[in-house]
Amino acid sequence: MSQLEKNLSPEKARKAAKEHKAKNRRVFIKTLFSRKLVLVSSIILVLIILAAILAPVISPYNPNAIAVKERNQSPSAAHLLGTDEYGRDVLSRIIYGSQVSLIVGVLAVAIACVIGTTLGMIAGFFGGFVDDVISRIAEAIRVIPQVVLAIALCAVFGGGIVNMAIILGISNMTVYIRMMRSQVMSIKERDYIMAGRLQGNSNWRLMLRHILPNSVSPIIVTMTQQIGGTILSEAGLSFLGLGISVPTASWGSLVSGGRAYLLSNPVYSLAPGFAIALLVVCLNTVGDGVRDALDPRLRGEV
Amino acid sequence: MVRYILQRLGQTLLVLLIVSFLTYLLVDFLPGDPIAAMTGGEISGETYERLFYEMNMDKPVLVRYFLWLKGAFTGDLGMSQSYHRRVVDVIGERVPVTLYLSVLAFLISVPLGILFGIISAVKRGSAADTAVTLTANVCTCLPQFWLGILFMYIFAMQLGWLPSSGFVWPHENFVLSIRQTIMPLLCLAIGGIASITRQTRSSMLEVIRQDYIRTARSKGLKSKKVIYVHALRNALLPVITLMGLRLGGMIGGSVFVENVFVIPGMGSLLVNAISSVDIPLVQGCVLLIAVFSCVINLITDIVYVYVDPRIKVA
Repeated sequence: MSQLEKNLSPEKARKAAKEHKAKNRRVFIKTLFSRKLVLVSSIILVLIILAAILAPVISPYNPNAIAVKERNQSPSAAHLLGTDEYGRDVLSRIIYGSQVSLIVGVLAVAIACVIGTTLGMIAGFFGGFVDDVISRIAEAIRVIPQVVLAIALCAVFGGGIVNMAIILGISNMTVYIRMMRSQVMSIKERDYIMAGRLQGNSNWRLMLRHILPNSVSPIIVTMTQQIGGTILSEAGLSFLGLGISVPTASWGSLVSGGRAYLLSNPVYSLAPGFAIALLVVCLNTVGDGVRDALDPRLRGEV
Repeated sequence: MVRYILQRLGQTLLVLLIVSFLTYLLVDFLPGDPIAAMTGGEISGETYERLFYEMNMDKPVLVRYFLWLKGAFTGDLGMSQSYHRRVVDVIGERVPVTLYLSVLAFLISVPLGILFGIISAVKRGSAADTAVTLTANVCTCLPQFWLGILFMYIFAMQLGWLPSSGFVWPHENFVLSIRQTIMPLLCLAIGGIASITRQTRSSMLEVIRQDYIRTARSKGLKSKKVIYVHALRNALLPVITLMGLRLGGMIGGSVFVENVFVIPGMGSLLVNAISSVDIPLVQGCVLLIAVFSCVINLITDIVYVYVDPRIKVA
């Protein structure tokens, strides 16, 4: 110990650790964006997020302004993607719809992550009966196909942005439970956890200060991999009329609303669906990129 | 091995018990008074009372659950509130349609997915690999309902090749049935093909790197034999797990496909049931789908024992 202290004062050690972290981050960013596909997807993603934030500025019309005289128009200079059955501008509704998709997606993944990570950590850390109960319930939730589970939960919670996020959060949480459980089970056998325990740390402190920070990578990977699918589910539920209710513009309900006018104005139904596909493709590409960049094996370090 | 199978069977039964309990609890989780929520609140006191006793609401939840479960075993899942018929009968009419479409889509997507996966793994880095990987990645992200509407617009409305919706059985009208099922099948299968392609490719690449493949090559075996006999056998193990998941996923996907193409199956039934807060029907659908998924999982695990002898030892 004294030898170590001589060579490396606490201040120097802190500095070295900081530099190491900064270097890791630089390598991560460099690896992530070295793939053109990831770079392009990230740019599109940033544009979609900007569009969602700046929706009031960039959308040509109020998304909910009803203009009966202008209903069911084909694309024109005034309405680039035409109008819907109430004369509302489809393009404006698509721009505003991005808000719903992004908010529900992020919120649902956050809910799934917090509940799932906590339950998984408890199951993995304590083992035994607690683990059995959590794992069996998680397994029971997992055997119901995700769409079916979400639809069934719609009966309990109803529609709306927050409820949608809760429903999708619950139906996605089992992934985190399983991932975190196995993560904790492998970490808790390591020496530094034993050392922490010998120092008299409480179980909760061990979990929050030592195990959780060492599981951040897989959590981030799981989150980035899930957000696309979650947005897809929200669009699906809204398409079925169970998710975000009218008059709020959501991409799923726009696709559904345009179905009846497929012959006169196909863009009304097809364009919002294209927006969903584009967003999800970009999210999944970036997600895969993050996974690969965080995996030291693929980074060529091991 | 018998012990392993019995153990899995026990686990499956336990999971099913939990699922059925959670499914039953849907009634108690409904916001407000369950009977009022189910009927929209506009019923006479008499009807309310009848429903109240019909659903055993006067008894504690565990008793109600076991009565419901007992009914389920004898083929009685209660009365559907919106169809005014027995839940079992309503579901029974719809199940064959969904199973028919799902199994057909499954049978299409497995060989195609494995084929594309092998092609892109063996020709890694080639133009074919890039094309397959990119297409597969995009296809797993496409919303099925949108794909259905897109197909409908192109093939039914613009080209006029296929009827835009509906469903008849092949024995009723063979030609019409084939023409009607092409688009729904395509929608259901595309996601499956894409994910099986991705899984096959990555596990093939994993296996090809291993020592025994090098040994096989260096002892002079033909490249084809190495790939199709030695590598593929092991590469397919993770694909089997995925296949089980996909079959369950097909049932989930049928919710959208049946909605778009107006097909009277389980998927559209479930959506109707939720929209009209027909809880007995929802419970019946969810329970049946859960049983189905559990059976598939069990079969997957048992198949696994046969193809992967390592499990027998463990």
